[in-house]
Amino acid sequence: MQLTGERFTNATAILGNDLATLPDFPAEIRAPAGSLAGVSAFQIHFSDEDVLTPGDQPNVLVAMNPAALKTNLGDLESGGTLIVNKDAFVEKNIERAGYLKDPLEDDSLSNYQVFEVPMTTMTLEAAKDVEGITKKDAERAKNMFALGLVAWMYSRPTEVILNWVEKRFAGKPGILEANLRAFRAGYNFGETAELFAHQYEVKRAALPPGRYRNVTGNTAVAWGLVAAADCAKLPLFYASYPITPASDILHELSKQKNFGVRTVQAEDEIAAAGAILGAAFGGHLGVTATSGPGVDLKAETISLGIVLELPMIIVDVQRAGPSTGMPTKQEAADLLLVMYGRHGESPAPIIAPRTPAECFNAAIEAARIALKYRTPVFILSDTFLANSSEPWKVPDVAELPDISVPFATAPNHEGEFWPYVRDENLARPWAVPGTPGLEHRVGGLEKQDGTGNVSYDPQNHEYMSRMRAAKVAKIADDIPLLEIDDPSGSAELLVISWGSTFGAIRAACEKVRAQGKKVAHAQLYHLNPLPKNTGDVVRAYGRVLVPEINLGQLVKILRAEYLVDAKSYNKIQGHPFRASDIETEILKRL
Amino acid sequence: MAEQNGGGSVLTKKEFVSDQEVRWCPGCGDYAILSAVQGLMPEIVDKRENMVFISGIGCSSRFPYYMNTYGMHSIHGRAPAIATGLATARPDLTVWVITGDGDGLSIGGNHLIHAMRRNVNLVILLFNNQIYGLTKGQYSPTSEIGKVTKSTPFGSLDRPFNPVALALGAEATFVARSLDVDRQHLTSVLKAAAAHRGTSFVEIYQNCNIFNDGAFELVAGKEHKAENQIRLEHEKPIRFGANNEKGIRLSGRASVEIVDVEQAGEENLIVHDVHREDPALAFMLAHIATGPTMPTPIGIFRAVDRPVYGEEMERQLAVAREKLGVGSVEKLLTSGDTWEVA
Repeated sequence: MQLTGERFTNATAILGNDLATLPDFPAEIRAPAGSLAGVSAFQIHFSDEDVLTPGDQPNVLVAMNPAALKTNLGDLESGGTLIVNKDAFVEKNIERAGYLKDPLEDDSLSNYQVFEVPMTTMTLEAAKDVEGITKKDAERAKNMFALGLVAWMYSRPTEVILNWVEKRFAGKPGILEANLRAFRAGYNFGETAELFAHQYEVKRAALPPGRYRNVTGNTAVAWGLVAAADCAKLPLFYASYPITPASDILHELSKQKNFGVRTVQAEDEIAAAGAILGAAFGGHLGVTATSGPGVDLKAETISLGIVLELPMIIVDVQRAGPSTGMPTKQEAADLLLVMYGRHGESPAPIIAPRTPAECFNAAIEAARIALKYRTPVFILSDTFLANSSEPWKVPDVAELPDISVPFATAPNHEGEFWPYVRDENLARPWAVPGTPGLEHRVGGLEKQDGTGNVSYDPQNHEYMSRMRAAKVAKIADDIPLLEIDDPSGSAELLVISWGSTFGAIRAACEKVRAQGKKVAHAQLYHLNPLPKNTGDVVRAYGRVLVPEINLGQLVKILRAEYLVDAKSYNKIQGHPFRASDIETEILKRL
Repeated sequence: MAEQNGGGSVLTKKEFVSDQEVRWCPGCGDYAILSAVQGLMPEIVDKRENMVFISGIGCSSRFPYYMNTYGMHSIHGRAPAIATGLATARPDLTVWVITGDGDGLSIGGNHLIHAMRRNVNLVILLFNNQIYGLTKGQYSPTSEIGKVTKSTPFGSLDRPFNPVALALGAEATFVARSLDVDRQHLTSVLKAAAAHRGTSFVEIYQNCNIFNDGAFELVAGKEHKAENQIRLEHEKPIRFGANNEKGIRLSGRASVEIVDVEQAGEENLIVHDVHREDPALAFMLAHIATGPTMPTPIGIFRAVDRPVYGEEMERQLAVAREKLGVGSVEKLLTSGDTWEVA
């Protein structure tokens, strides 16, 4: 089902619509078909206007079996179009989904425009004389039937989908033929059966001119890292341990060998952090990605990176926790973890991209800060950003920033090399092994300012602790101020947010404004340090609302830092916000 | 004592001594190992700046501070992981890991076995003193069963690791054991370890004179060493004893046994072969002694050739560049399906 969704997305993007997607699948790889736990869903929202979210309530739901219907019907708008695979509504499946009787035969669906389509039968019929395939193979092609049907409904270009199918099943002529036939059968069924009241046509969205592509957050992070290494003129060294939902970054980077990208699938999360720190000591751009449980494990190594003052990038693709939690579900509850979740005073910069495409820029920005200030930097992505996609205007590579920094090459203190002498950014020299004359030792024991020798001097420890904090705080001079979206200029309520909640919140603000009401919105990209004007911004409004997919984390930081009575709005159900959730909350507070 | 070496530069032991005061307890076996390593350095590296020592936490892990090379004193158990990153990123460097029985076999056991499995180009020196020294005297994963320590007043219950057997089990390509007190033997083993491509694992019996004094006395001490040191030498029958009267042969029960050479005949002894692919025989030799209190093999157990992790990675990068050309970010970003908006 995920593949089907991706193909529809791709065709939609190529047609020039703006879009946002929400893949929603179970952690179990092959959960029993027809069970509620096994339902795999893909939601797409596309339009000829700016699309900010995957949509609150779909207009059309395609349910391949009773379990899928049960799990997703609640999202469908009242009066919406419901297409079901009639063949799957047999007693066993109906029972398995927990229905007492066939929902197609009672009145429970009277609120929707229901189309019962015998997809399995028609798929089997279409593929009946294809040679060299089993009945099971033929039946599996029913998703293609469904794809053909919705491709017709929304006038998607069939060519790109068919090309993909041909590539996907190249070398398996029987299966390829069955899928092509199923797709055409679905498409033709839509056209000829006259079951549908109308065929939708969605015009191109008015996007700025340029070359576009679709990109998911994980791909954007991976490509951003490749670009960052290029901008830094350094080799990229990536080590990680497989973990949902971050593994795709490893998959993507492991393909990029011709860029000189070294990838190590480490023996555990700790080793991945260790390996990139070792690579950073050797002068590479060291990066690891993980999810919350992995950040826990890497914490000790990251604090070593903070004392060694070496560049590292840690991508935390957040998921629902604690513990294993709901590994494929959305949550953004690691802000306080990456901010404070290490022993001792160990500050680290944090960046939170707002959309899948912005993950590309975030990777470059994280590398810029890590290299310039010689510090571990976190990127907070999440399940929603990682897996969902949006059209992205491909940046002009020539316009990407130069983020290269020089290695130390010569003694810096009376003919000697001192590893903890600081530059104007408070960063220490990066002297990599192989450089003659700069041999030095670093380590986790407290460093004497300047020489870097082991020191237990109390004054020195306080000085170094304050210095490490000051170095991170100083980055505030080097990042943009917080922008406020307040078209009226006189809103009383400020909504302030971070990460992937951006789309739902911005859409909600626009809906509220469309009702003639005033609301301001500000989105934090740098979470540590915060932009210098954050205090002024939050104090400038009478009321401050902080919606988060956690139980209130940014709100604690804002209250602690700026003594403002910011209020929280939280949802922690494994899904992104809906714009309507936020809209209701804003209206309540106006 | 200057020495001419490969790069044409003249380095001496003195130049590998850092300006930091050595802070191990007086009488600690670590001093002898440090001196042996410093003494060997001019022979194995021609440029001081290409030598890196990475350690974890523990008494032995202070080692890098005393070497006038690049070095990192990292965190407990993680040195092999950090060194894997460095050695893989920078195949031009010579990277040595300094670890101990607690650091390498307890908290860092996972990283140690995986570094050996991958055959990363590292020399790993495991200082085994069978005790936790820095935390002041708890039993370690190599302490003998029944060890009475601060944390085991009624005797320890856990069976110790045999570090050499563990390394052989992980199929390390170079596995050896030596002693802090035998400078000559230690130097020869370290030299061979340095020359080996891939991971060289060297267990060094090291006396902790404060918390576990004399642990290796029966193998290392003057009085008993002749009867208890089984010196493994490549291509030689394995013989030992005060008068070289004992030897080791295959027992016929898929094991090895100590025999009297005169009775058994020298031709029936095992001829030691460090290059044997199958680690099984070396594993049996490692198990001749259950601890350093009886005849115990020292020397090189195994030295075989296998692809080296970092070199293989470089090869993959080179092949990819050859096949696909040097990567272009622009091409990457526009790969696959794209469309123009006018």
